[in-house]
Amino acid sequence: MRKILVGIKRVIDYNVRVRVRPDGSGVVTEGVKMSANPFDSIALEEALRVKERGEADEVVAASVGPTESQQQLRDALAMGADRAILVKTDGNVEPPVVARVLQKLVERETPRLVILGKQAIDDDCNQTGQMLAALWDRPQATFASKLELQGEVARVTREVDAGLETIEVDLPAVITTDLRLNEPRYIKLPDIMKAKKKPLDIIELASLGIDAAPLVKTLKLEPPPQRQKGIMVKDAAELVAALKQRGLA
Amino acid sequence: MNRILVVAEHAGGKLNAAVAKCVACAVSIPDADVTVAVLAADGAEAAASAAGIKGVARVLLVQNPANEPALAAILAPQLAKLAEGHDVVLGPSTTFGKDLMPRVAALLGAPQLSDIMAAESATRFRRPVYAGNAIATVELPAGKPVVATVRVASFQPAPGGGSAAVEKRAVDVALPKHTRFVSVSAARTDRPDLQTAARVISGGRALGSAENFKLIQGLADKLGAAIGASRAAVDAGYAPNELQVGQTGKIIAPELYVAIGISGAIQHLTGIKDARTIVAINKDSEAPIFEVADIGLVGDLFSLVPEIEKLL
Repeated sequence: MRKILVGIKRVIDYNVRVRVRPDGSGVVTEGVKMSANPFDSIALEEALRVKERGEADEVVAASVGPTESQQQLRDALAMGADRAILVKTDGNVEPPVVARVLQKLVERETPRLVILGKQAIDDDCNQTGQMLAALWDRPQATFASKLELQGEVARVTREVDAGLETIEVDLPAVITTDLRLNEPRYIKLPDIMKAKKKPLDIIELASLGIDAAPLVKTLKLEPPPQRQKGIMVKDAAELVAALKQRGLA
Repeated sequence: MNRILVVAEHAGGKLNAAVAKCVACAVSIPDADVTVAVLAADGAEAAASAAGIKGVARVLLVQNPANEPALAAILAPQLAKLAEGHDVVLGPSTTFGKDLMPRVAALLGAPQLSDIMAAESATRFRRPVYAGNAIATVELPAGKPVVATVRVASFQPAPGGGSAAVEKRAVDVALPKHTRFVSVSAARTDRPDLQTAARVISGGRALGSAENFKLIQGLADKLGAAIGASRAAVDAGYAPNELQVGQTGKIIAPELYVAIGISGAIQHLTGIKDARTIVAINKDSEAPIFEVADIGLVGDLFSLVPEIEKLL
């Protein structure tokens, strides 16, 4: 069976203005909306489109995180994933650990493609896909804005600093998604009902035999320095005068 | 002594401006011994440029036709080999470095810190999280190598005037054949590079079309500025992806940033926070961009932009 494995991370919702706790121990999460990482929703959408084109048979959504991540996996099932796996842990997991967990899932599931978001919008690491590809000794096509499968090869257009780069990778491979790969579909109510019947397996991270101890210790979090309040000008002439005064025009 | 390896990004024989910034980050680590690695087909010119950066102790040049155009899967095993014996391996937080460095880290079994903005020691760094809404101070265990990408907007380039030796190195590792470069399409432009420009004019969704987006070109010409765009403008097809400024696009620190018709989503603001002066022009006086702007002007951009252009 031609499978696609997709990663889903539960993060603070894109629209929430994140605030640092006064004691610097973390950010405020009480009463804050949680969602799937937006790049992961793009990854899932792409997997579903590949399957709908008849180029894959099954889409498996996987998450590494707390019990509550089931919510985001149920959403993934409602979007169209066939089944889901939660690798449960209450601890903070760093990208190298997530990559090793995904490697274990890859060994079990033997997917043809692994599609992950290029970064999670909480830690902004942008590491897991590349690390998985290295551990698996397979190709990586990061920051994808277009994916075409041609037999055992994927042709991927990547968003790079210079513009758009196209590479070819042999399958199986790891793809990480950029913003413009697709626009994820909305979940419809009947699909939420159907998703409740789809399988969601829960595995304890501890049972995988991976050393999950974090290597990076966060000593403190601080809010970023605030900018000084600026001035408002009333027309173009005043704006140009203000620029000239600062030696910028 | 802290042995630091800096991975050089280069294209067409030219060293990327980010390299001198990575060296600046490297030399800010106490007791740094800095080596720059240039992996190239030929690379002589890029290696000579790297040798001229002050603070660089030596340049390692690895020549192999497979090294260009750069592919992470090809470069990573060579870099992992070169990294042996180093305490810190640094690459730029450009798409080149973001693609490559985690692959190197995984091969080394090392953790990675992304987007470091300050090095307090060889094991203690500061980096932004949550789209720059928080700054984390992180510490790594001593005696283990760490890989990091350098947030280039946080560092001034290390000056020239260095005279390091260039040593050619043969790296004996098997290179994969599973990844092949096909093509790259980049808009040719005479404008300054967005990532390093001193002045940047950015347009947002309010410009309304790709045709209207050109309105900001005249202003950019007058100010000698690079052009940028908000995610909304790129998504709408008004501007190409490489112009996107923000959390997931380019993070820049120009002397002057002019935001035209950009409301200022958190994700955009994180890309411009380090700009010296931010100017915002928007018809909505409540737009969040005005909270960070040094100079704000509320009004219709279609009449204001040509007017400003004329006055400059």
